[in-house]
Amino acid sequence: MSSVTFEHVYKRFGDVVAVNDLSIEVEDKEFLVFVGPSGCGKTTSLRLLAGLEEISDGQILIGDRIVNDVPPKDRDIAMVFQSYALYPHMSVYDNMAFGLKLRKTPKSQIDERVKVAAGLLGIEQLLDRKPKQLSGGQRQRVAVGRAIVREPAVFLFDEPLSNLDAKLRVETRANISKLHKRLATTFIYVTHDQVEAMTMASRIAVMKDGILQQIDSPQDLYDNPANVFVGGFIGSPSMNFFDATLVESDGKLEINTGGFRLEVPAEKAKEWRAFAGKPVIFGIRPEDIHAKQFAPPNILESDMDAKVDVTELMGNEIFLYLMSKDNKQFIARVDPRVRVSNDDKIDLAVNMANAHIFDPKTETSLA
Amino acid sequence: MATASSAKKIKKTSKLGPILINGSLLLLILIWLLPTFALLVSSFRTRFDIQTSGWWSIVPHRAWMTDRVIDPDPNWDRDGVMNIEGAQGTFEEFRNGITLDNGTRVFWIGNKRIGKVEIQAYKWTSNFNFTLENYGQVLGGKTFEVRQPDGTIKTEQADNFVGAFLNSLTVTIPSTLIPILIAAFAAYGFAWMRFSGRRVLFVMVVALLVVPLQIALVPILQDYVRLNLNGTFLGIWLAHTGFGLPLATYLLFNYIRGLPRDILESAFIDGASHFTIFVRLILPLSVPALASFAIFQFLWTWNDYLVALIFIGAKPDVQVLTMRLAEMVGSRGNDWHLLTAGAFVSMVLPLVVFFSLQRFFVRGLLAGSVKG
Repeated sequence: MSSVTFEHVYKRFGDVVAVNDLSIEVEDKEFLVFVGPSGCGKTTSLRLLAGLEEISDGQILIGDRIVNDVPPKDRDIAMVFQSYALYPHMSVYDNMAFGLKLRKTPKSQIDERVKVAAGLLGIEQLLDRKPKQLSGGQRQRVAVGRAIVREPAVFLFDEPLSNLDAKLRVETRANISKLHKRLATTFIYVTHDQVEAMTMASRIAVMKDGILQQIDSPQDLYDNPANVFVGGFIGSPSMNFFDATLVESDGKLEINTGGFRLEVPAEKAKEWRAFAGKPVIFGIRPEDIHAKQFAPPNILESDMDAKVDVTELMGNEIFLYLMSKDNKQFIARVDPRVRVSNDDKIDLAVNMANAHIFDPKTETSLA
Repeated sequence: MATASSAKKIKKTSKLGPILINGSLLLLILIWLLPTFALLVSSFRTRFDIQTSGWWSIVPHRAWMTDRVIDPDPNWDRDGVMNIEGAQGTFEEFRNGITLDNGTRVFWIGNKRIGKVEIQAYKWTSNFNFTLENYGQVLGGKTFEVRQPDGTIKTEQADNFVGAFLNSLTVTIPSTLIPILIAAFAAYGFAWMRFSGRRVLFVMVVALLVVPLQIALVPILQDYVRLNLNGTFLGIWLAHTGFGLPLATYLLFNYIRGLPRDILESAFIDGASHFTIFVRLILPLSVPALASFAIFQFLWTWNDYLVALIFIGAKPDVQVLTMRLAEMVGSRGNDWHLLTAGAFVSMVLPLVVFFSLQRFFVRGLLAGSVKG
């Protein structure tokens, strides 16, 4: 159990800056998820923390100890690799006991810890097997078990689910969440899958090009993206963005994208009035665009219409690929009772309460 | 249509492919195996058989076999037409053999006056007259009777193969193990440890691959003479180690470099030192590469003649098998029955080594370590 602190951490590979001025404080017992597209520096950050890469600048603390020059084995961490990295010539038991044996833990204690961890993960019956005799899911659990027996202060996970099939991934996701509650230890988890991040994390750190974009709880991240990238990365299908202008006429504020105009309700207009007359990037999530006839009550409704390009029926909802008048495509998630076919015109109700505007130059959130 | 016909073409070539491959493989196997088999057969045949017929006469075949021999009647007219056992002909015709309708052949052997007449039949036969005596002589040493100056006869035992065989083992086993051990350490260092000059050093090691060992023979021999290492086992161990190291390092480097990085990093986090990782992970996981290089190095040192000739020489107490064999060709170039047996004795161990290690070529030890 321990906190983790990144203080202005840089990692350079030649001219490439893989991690750029990363500062994060991870509290004790927190479940922090690094998320971002491939090459964004999330795995590198984890490897810096593990001690597998050397920090170019800045410092990393585990607890209140600076670990910049501490070798991996003395950092009191355990890591689960994407490939599981099981020792192929050792049995499951030996795989789990390996780290303890190297630390000269007494045999009886090794035995006990391995048995407990195996029980926790439901792999007691596999202890005598070799890794190649296990399925993907079983290997993944052995890799987790190998980390558990070490009883580290911090658990590191490097995309541990990406080699599992979809169904197993959902199951394992829940199991890792449970494990976190049970072990009450700091978990740091890297993934490119925003669903994993949203479902498991207590806080999510979104990274892009080595730069931390935003760190927040899943709900805050979803509701208040700090910039266009975070808004687009979190949520599926992703947020619709339009280049627009905030127009004020007759005391009413309007979003004008060229393809459509949306009236800004009074509650929102209070926040947005400061940017009147300025170009903005207007962001709206697909689930905040409703078919007018099935629009839920108590939303800050603003009406528009669009032409239907493609419909995708999901069963519980419909994804509508819509075309605005200036031929810009956007997506709406509407009620499954909506009956439209391609090229139909549809009346839409946009929930402006959840709309976002961003600065077109810096792409950061304005309100 | 176009796609259909091209699909047909693909099918056709893909059918021809395996035939070509298997055919050429079969041919290669025959080219290698046939002489070896001939050698094996010959090594069990008697000296007389080897000199009078080829090894293939062990295969059942039809040949003229002597049924009985009769002495020519002195009254026969040897310059005219004779009638022998129902065959009519002149002496010249009998010399070539006269075949009768009943399948027998009358054959005159020798000259007109004191020759013999053989009555032969064309029968199935095979020359299966095998003996272990060749091996006995090779391994035990041939006995010679030497007449001493005082007239007595003394039986002397010629030197045998056993000593040379043991010498070869003494040379080969350390010459295989030492370079493998050194090269494995070096390969791990080059592959997974960070130190300055790593690339330069590695390039130098690989560059040594192109240096022919013949260049090094004389200078090394001069140094050996100075160090009193020539003619010693230690000297030849060092020589074989040196000549084998570049290839061994290069081969093992390629293999060890290819081991999954995650496994090593995982071990690091688990608390393993470089040495622990090397002993507990790298060595067991590299068994296929170690075994394949062991086979190479073993065969090369076992069959080596040049290095042994130069650094060890022909002294009987250190002489290796290849030198002994070469000596036999010189001293008994005509004793094929001994040469073939000797050759086979020298081949036995490499064959055993190969067949006991070859499964490592086939089996991939890594299956299942990383998501498979």
